[in-house]
Amino acid sequence: MTRGALRIENVGKVYDPEGAHVVAVEEVSLDIPSGEFCVVVGPSGCGKTTLLNIVAGFDDLTSGTIAMDGTLLAAPGKRLAPGADRMVVFQNGALFPWKTVLWNVICGPVLHGRLSRDEAEARARALLAQVGLVEVEGQYPGELSGGMKRRVEIVRALMNDPAVLLLDEPFRALDALTKGVMHECLLQLHDLAAKTVLFITHDLEEAIFLADRVVVMTTRPGRVKKVIEVDLPRPRDYLVLSTPRYLELKAEALEAIREEALKAFEAGERELA
Amino acid sequence: MTSGGRGADWPRRMVRAISSLASPTAAARTATLPVAGDPRRTPTHAWGRRLLRALGRREVWQGIAGVAIVLAIWQIASSLRLPMFTFIPTPVQIGRSLVDVAQTRQYWQSWYVSGTRVFLGYAIGVGLGVPLGLAMGISRSFFGTAFPVIELLRPIPPLAWIPLSILFWPTIEQTVVSIIFLGAFFTVVINVLGGVEAIDVNYRRAALSMGARPWHIFWRVVLPATAPSIFTGMAVGMGLTWEIVVAAEMVASIQAGLGFMMWQSYVGGSIALIIVAMISIGLAGLICSSFIWALGRRATPWRRRV
Repeated sequence: MTRGALRIENVGKVYDPEGAHVVAVEEVSLDIPSGEFCVVVGPSGCGKTTLLNIVAGFDDLTSGTIAMDGTLLAAPGKRLAPGADRMVVFQNGALFPWKTVLWNVICGPVLHGRLSRDEAEARARALLAQVGLVEVEGQYPGELSGGMKRRVEIVRALMNDPAVLLLDEPFRALDALTKGVMHECLLQLHDLAAKTVLFITHDLEEAIFLADRVVVMTTRPGRVKKVIEVDLPRPRDYLVLSTPRYLELKAEALEAIREEALKAFEAGERELA
Repeated sequence: MTSGGRGADWPRRMVRAISSLASPTAAARTATLPVAGDPRRTPTHAWGRRLLRALGRREVWQGIAGVAIVLAIWQIASSLRLPMFTFIPTPVQIGRSLVDVAQTRQYWQSWYVSGTRVFLGYAIGVGLGVPLGLAMGISRSFFGTAFPVIELLRPIPPLAWIPLSILFWPTIEQTVVSIIFLGAFFTVVINVLGGVEAIDVNYRRAALSMGARPWHIFWRVVLPATAPSIFTGMAVGMGLTWEIVVAAEMVASIQAGLGFMMWQSYVGGSIALIIVAMISIGLAGLICSSFIWALGRRATPWRRRV
């Protein structure tokens, strides 16, 4: 069964339409086939997170439609409530600090009755081991390092068996070394689970290393500026980072995003002036 | 714990050390670095062993030294007959009168009476304040209705309610309890409300994504996320209730309690007993607050106390 095919059509989002009328996202169309790793890059404030929040069901859109596997997720005045079919990993993390790692990971399927407690625990332990986390299940998230927390959070999302995994700059706060390890870890999981992934970032190198397709967005209002097919072979590891093809793709993406970053920078200057 | 921050941090660690007497797990957790689970599991239920361990800790001795220094300065100032100290008894005299009064039934009766008042007013205040604060934090419309009322009444000092309360409540006992209630209630409400409002929206979102229903959100997200604020509010409120019970007992001509004992000693001209009463009130407050802090630590084991 293939699932997780996302169809985003002419999506627009206007904040405060009657007053300030801030256009966050405008006419964004994206067709993400099942199992694709799609990365959206763009300068700060380009509406990447807004787009993700709309897909997740946290926010309304003001024009266009989003559908997944033929089911309408969002249209103006309509939205499907957030659910386990679209799991989100947040920028600052949202593990429940008052519960142990194990409970955080199993709470979704257990409270929902999708898995028995024993089944959920067994699956959780297997997944945690896969991302190199053993013997932390009894600890509280506050006792873990940033990289460990991120891994737990990805495992928690996968435990809910989503059709699509939504990641909102999940590695932003990590140091470069940890980030590199996290990338490889995420790729391994993706190769195994083949979930559709919508990954938001402003880090180009990360985008190209991870993606099947990189979508560069313009600065506000956010539109699709360029779509880059990343034809680097999988499975990938860090050695890819020094191949000529990687550097070529990076140069291509860099050119596209630099213009936007400059525009965003100047717009910021104007706002401040 | 690094040695760098030791100086500024000692009062908190002192409180921790004292309250660790009441809570063995908290003591074990703070005494050991968060390495492996082993040292935490050592059974330490014997009171004596806990006391011994507390005595082995530096903070406890620092605290004892602080008290001893103050007493020594006081004793010396009194024996030198410095002008301000003319009417002030020395610590030794106070100690003697404490020993004397501790043998009377009346003294312990005062503890009991004030303690009961505090307990009643405080329990009702927390019992109503926590649900109200939660409700205000969860429901925008309830917040809109209740918040202006709360904010209008909150600045009025609890003691200012005494005249009205005397007219309102049939007995003076109820008056005092209601005044104590007010002190605890508003503190708890505001802290709980602040706690709910400070919850990271992403916890809610994550829960929703995992298919949480509204009651899941309340019991599994809102309540645990607010728990630290609830206990902070409870601890602050506890401190206030002891301030209030004493003042209320002095104002609302009542015939028992530590505040009454102080007033009586003042009228009777027994300065040593005034000070004994003061120290008793301080102790009562300290014991109650330590209890609340220990309870809070037990209820929120995920919070790192570094």
